[in-house]
Amino acid sequence: MTTTTPHSPAIVANGLRKAYGDKLVLDGIDVSVPAGTIFSLLGPNGAGKTTAVKILSTLISADGGELRVGGHDVAVDPQAVRAAIGVTGQFSAVDGLITGEENMLLMADLHHLSKREGRRVAAQLLERFDLVDAARKPAQSYSGGMKRRLDLAMTLVGNPRIIFLDEPTTGLDPRSRHNMWGIIRELVSDGVTVFLTTQYLEEADELAHHIAVLNDGKIAAEGTADELKRLIPGGHVRLRFSDPAAYRTAAEALREASTDDEALSLRIPSDGSQRELRAVLDWLDTAGIEADELTVHTPDLDDVFFALTSGSGRPTTHRSNRPNQSNQPHQSKENVR
Amino acid sequence: MSGALSLALRDSNTMLRRNLLHARRYPSLTLNLLLTPVILLLLFVYVFGDVMSAGIGGGGADRSDYIAYIVPGILMMTIGGTVVGAAVSVSMDMTEGVIARFRTMAIHRGSVIIGHVVGSVLQSLASVLLVGAVAVAIGFRSTDATALEWLAAFGLVGLVALALTWIAVGMGLASPNAEAASNNALPLILLPLISSAFVPIDAMPGWFQPVAEYQPFTPAIETLRGLLLGTEIGNNGWVALAWCLGLSVLGYRWSTALFNRDPK
Repeated sequence: MTTTTPHSPAIVANGLRKAYGDKLVLDGIDVSVPAGTIFSLLGPNGAGKTTAVKILSTLISADGGELRVGGHDVAVDPQAVRAAIGVTGQFSAVDGLITGEENMLLMADLHHLSKREGRRVAAQLLERFDLVDAARKPAQSYSGGMKRRLDLAMTLVGNPRIIFLDEPTTGLDPRSRHNMWGIIRELVSDGVTVFLTTQYLEEADELAHHIAVLNDGKIAAEGTADELKRLIPGGHVRLRFSDPAAYRTAAEALREASTDDEALSLRIPSDGSQRELRAVLDWLDTAGIEADELTVHTPDLDDVFFALTSGSGRPTTHRSNRPNQSNQPHQSKENVR
Repeated sequence: MSGALSLALRDSNTMLRRNLLHARRYPSLTLNLLLTPVILLLLFVYVFGDVMSAGIGGGGADRSDYIAYIVPGILMMTIGGTVVGAAVSVSMDMTEGVIARFRTMAIHRGSVIIGHVVGSVLQSLASVLLVGAVAVAIGFRSTDATALEWLAAFGLVGLVALALTWIAVGMGLASPNAEAASNNALPLILLPLISSAFVPIDAMPGWFQPVAEYQPFTPAIETLRGLLLGTEIGNNGWVALAWCLGLSVLGYRWSTALFNRDPK
């Protein structure tokens, strides 16, 4: 069906641009997703993630850029792109007025499956997504998690080889989120290419082979989860003191640390690994510093954005020229603090 | 191109079934819209009937003359009312995520709209039959209409339904929500009130007559009246046909252009 081979990119965007009026939403983003991998577009609300999905899935048109999905040019042959993809949007794309089963059969009809084949596929997917009990109820009565599962089940009716998932777990409880992650991993193990948007670093970390951080319509950084984490100065050990004198002594001894005079606390950069933690503790012992409280903070998305968007802490290698992967950030954390 | 045509037919048929399923599950919208013409029919016949009969029949007429006069207009009004439902359901549908899904699938692009249009035309025909049955129950009889005239009457009703539905679908697509759609489609209910549905045009004040004359409902009603009751049709048949074709083409092009815009 699609013209992608296992190692050619399933999704390619070069210089994708989109503006609504004077507001530039996507300012020339470049993306290349190898077939059979999970690519995650990570970013806060309003970064342009949904717009990127809408354009790549042929829902809206781009203002500029060269886009190929499943080997087809999005602008020239959208219908061929549509035949290759499945989309599960941020807002549930189920027909609430009819039952879950009717939604599935509707998809089967639109994919021109025979009646028997349609029923078989619908029953199989309802079973796989644990929706058998709810199959005869109107979809608008479903819980958020059930709606997402039905949504994804409907997307899979046509057996698409490329799937766009726009914030598939936003608003889900932790259990439903983990279920969704399991489902996404299963898809990829079957060779499907997944383009995932999320605002959770953890989610990208769990699932994606390759992550691009989208901020303000531009790709602020990209790489594997590990590469991105090395960019983030947000991981740190926090030392809190109750005695102002002890705090001042420690602050003088630990010049590496950033200070917070009001909270009487120090932040020492660290990735939170066991080895680093031991090094920090040894150092504290040598300096004779004893804090009242020690906590380890791992990087979160706030740290990523702080790092990638604030002038001073800006890593020099971000937005390295793709697709040369060797240009990807590999510097040690001391340099990027 | 036969492949494209069979794809269009197949997908439109699927969308039509989706629409009829909606209508069957949630019949309240359609039934509410049916109430207006039925209430107007009963009101004008049983409450205002004697006065109206005296007015149109020059004194000697009885109530049954007025039933005969008013029913063709009420039937056309039924179509106007039913297609308001199409405007509302199209605008509601467009706010649903499932429409975005349809747009990203390799299906015939227009099938969503065609499903709505055909569904609405079928609902209009069913509504006309229901209201017609009420009319017959309270004493409406056609005066020796031939089989051909009956056929032409059904054809006219179908054409009017098609034309008004395309306009209503355009109104639904242009409206941001269901309330706006129902407001925007209000002219489809109001126009019959200022047509020849309830009183003959020459009984209206002179300055108002052009308003009643030059609008789609009057020629359609006069044609239906002629077919069912044997009154003079004159050129009303051709005028009605021209209105139907014109509105269908206009509504079709408008709706298609609106649907093919980038969604928000």
